[in-house]
Amino acid sequence: MSERTEKMEQIERYIAEYKGDETALMRVMQYAQNVLGCVPIDVQIKIAEGLGVTLSEVYGVATFYSQFALEPKGKYVISVCMGTACYVRGSQAVLDRICEELDIQPGKTSKDGKFTLQATRCIGACGLAPVMTINEEVHGRITADDVPGILKPYREK
Amino acid sequence: MELFRSHVLVCGGTGCTSSGSNMILENFEAELKKHQLENEVKVIQTGCFGLCEAGPVVIVYPDGTFYSHVKPEDVKEITEEHLLKGRVVRRLVYTDRGDHHDAGKPLDEISFYKHQTRIALRNCGVIDPENIDEYIAFDGYKALATCLTEKTPQDVLDLITEANLRGRGGGGFPAGKKWQFAANSKSDKKYVICNADEGDPGAFMDRSILEGDPHSVLEAMAICGYSIGSDEGYIYVRAEYPIAVERLETAIRQAREYGLLGKNILGTDFSFDIHLRLGAGAFVCGEETALMASIEGKRGEPRPKPPFPAVAGLFGKPTNINNVETYANVPHIINKGVEWFRSLGTEKSPGTKVFALGGKINNTGLVEISMGTPLRNVIYDIGGGIPKGKEFKAVQTGGPSGGCIPASLLDVPIEYDSLVEIGSMMGSGGMIVMDEDNCMVDIARFFLDFTVEESCGKCTPCRIGTKRMLEILDRIVEGKGRDGDIEKLERLAETISSSSLCGLGQTAPNPVLSTLRYFRDEYEAHIYEKRCPAHHCKKLLHLEITDNCRGCTACARVCPVEAISGEVRNKHYIDPDKCTKCFSCIEKCRFGAIVKV
Repeated sequence: MSERTEKMEQIERYIAEYKGDETALMRVMQYAQNVLGCVPIDVQIKIAEGLGVTLSEVYGVATFYSQFALEPKGKYVISVCMGTACYVRGSQAVLDRICEELDIQPGKTSKDGKFTLQATRCIGACGLAPVMTINEEVHGRITADDVPGILKPYREK
Repeated sequence: MELFRSHVLVCGGTGCTSSGSNMILENFEAELKKHQLENEVKVIQTGCFGLCEAGPVVIVYPDGTFYSHVKPEDVKEITEEHLLKGRVVRRLVYTDRGDHHDAGKPLDEISFYKHQTRIALRNCGVIDPENIDEYIAFDGYKALATCLTEKTPQDVLDLITEANLRGRGGGGFPAGKKWQFAANSKSDKKYVICNADEGDPGAFMDRSILEGDPHSVLEAMAICGYSIGSDEGYIYVRAEYPIAVERLETAIRQAREYGLLGKNILGTDFSFDIHLRLGAGAFVCGEETALMASIEGKRGEPRPKPPFPAVAGLFGKPTNINNVETYANVPHIINKGVEWFRSLGTEKSPGTKVFALGGKINNTGLVEISMGTPLRNVIYDIGGGIPKGKEFKAVQTGGPSGGCIPASLLDVPIEYDSLVEIGSMMGSGGMIVMDEDNCMVDIARFFLDFTVEESCGKCTPCRIGTKRMLEILDRIVEGKGRDGDIEKLERLAETISSSSLCGLGQTAPNPVLSTLRYFRDEYEAHIYEKRCPAHHCKKLLHLEITDNCRGCTACARVCPVEAISGEVRNKHYIDPDKCTKCFSCIEKCRFGAIVKV
């Protein structure tokens, strides 16, 4: 059985637990997002059928909240904090440099599927401003010049 | 209970965790084991100590030694020297603004803490947030017990009303009144909600309370439930706060095990339970009606009020909703009494307020001050002033709904009404300091960019109006501002604030209005002189090399686009057409020879 089929079954079991409960929509979608890394249209259809809501409602929720992705993200998700504290300490320059280094725009994934770059809202680590995270790894008090050095190990992995 | 001769407190707040405090904790445990000290010394991971700038932070009791900027590899030395031999590791001790005479002062004498009054943060950095016994040892759940056994629900409502506790989420609406409204509504089912969807960029007060003292919020919600006649509560917390979520889950589980949540609490007829719901990254969900829609599993769009939540809220039932910090005040008010609470702060705004101090300030961190404290004290006495000898320009409070306060108003006392009078607002507590290098037009643009992104799109003034404002601001910072732009911005601002559906839209123009009010000259310089006085806006400046240049070639080597040329030991030159204004050269130059003009 392929990995995806296995994950789909896992999600379907979770949907079944909340059968007919429309208030569980967000929770089910968050579960699917965690398992698959995104909520593509076939998963949305399954959720709509299972919970007894229309597909348009599921799609509405999926596109309303920035946490849900309709397409898979890269292996490494780079989030540059654009909260006010980081912004006044120069996070725009950091973001610009990453765009330049990886040749992608914020919100996009690199062609090789390795990096997804996103400008994120405050992550609450303002004491370390400016901050960026690569998956779970936090890099604080960075300057644009630090960017190539930070990216290097991930590029080689 | 076990007795230990020493306690080591390791900060487990988000700031310190991001810089490796988990490794510090692990290393301490390993080192203590190695030296067979695990029965003598106890290591505890606490919530945020507040002074994030000095993180990761470790405090050793009973002496209260405050170690700052601790690295995992320092743990060995602290264990062997301090814990084993009783010798303080001087080089790691926090010094007040580099004043080594004062090294090792007790915590409450360090200037960052000296001017603070901690109520909502009373347990943060003091107790282990994952251990309910420690909360109970600090009078935890005593207030709930008092209410359930000695007070009627109306007594509790009167008490909160008399204390005049105002909503700490920003609006400042009296919590007692809100609770009374919900109590007055007749219904078979009522809900208590805690708004932990802290979305303001640059604000992390609620996060720190949830991470450092989650039980205080649970206790207060149960008290609220008792007073309004509700048996079920929800905490709506941002998914971006994984540590807070985890600690809340632990706290709820422990409270249930102890019978402090669930059926027949403390043997009384009162039952109350709490569920967690995670947000999914939508700023508008901090608005109460949008938040409730989101708990119901829908798109988080606000709806018109009335009906207010106290009449028809979650699932159409009467609901009381307050923010994290508001709740965190409640148990303390009940334990220490109304008079004590009203003796703090000002007549109209009693108590304290927590602020997340950030931006261009020496002591970044979390501070709790009495209401009425002037901004100047917060920025200079607690915050330690502006780094690198730069000049203070403005402080922004209230996030995207607030405004920028200039230097001339630094003596205004911090309270709800005074901040509104000067065109800003209390907000949830973000306080971002800006110096001479920050462009106020760009800051206004930054906030509008935020609102455009986060507008839910339901009502037209907010969806389209903010977009039009952003387009004008984008043009101005790019040097394409036109005569009449300022007036257009003002007209749009007025329309948007008077006709938007919810608070997000109504307050969205505030950053523009307040910067126009105090920094109109900066707008005019951008529009009429095509000049950015702060030398921030890239389209409005270029770089020049002055005669200070020694021709060391460092700038030419660091330039990513080869825009700098020149012979060794001769003055260099920057080609303005090639230069991308990344400023790498400025950082590299040791002679201060490269200037923005």
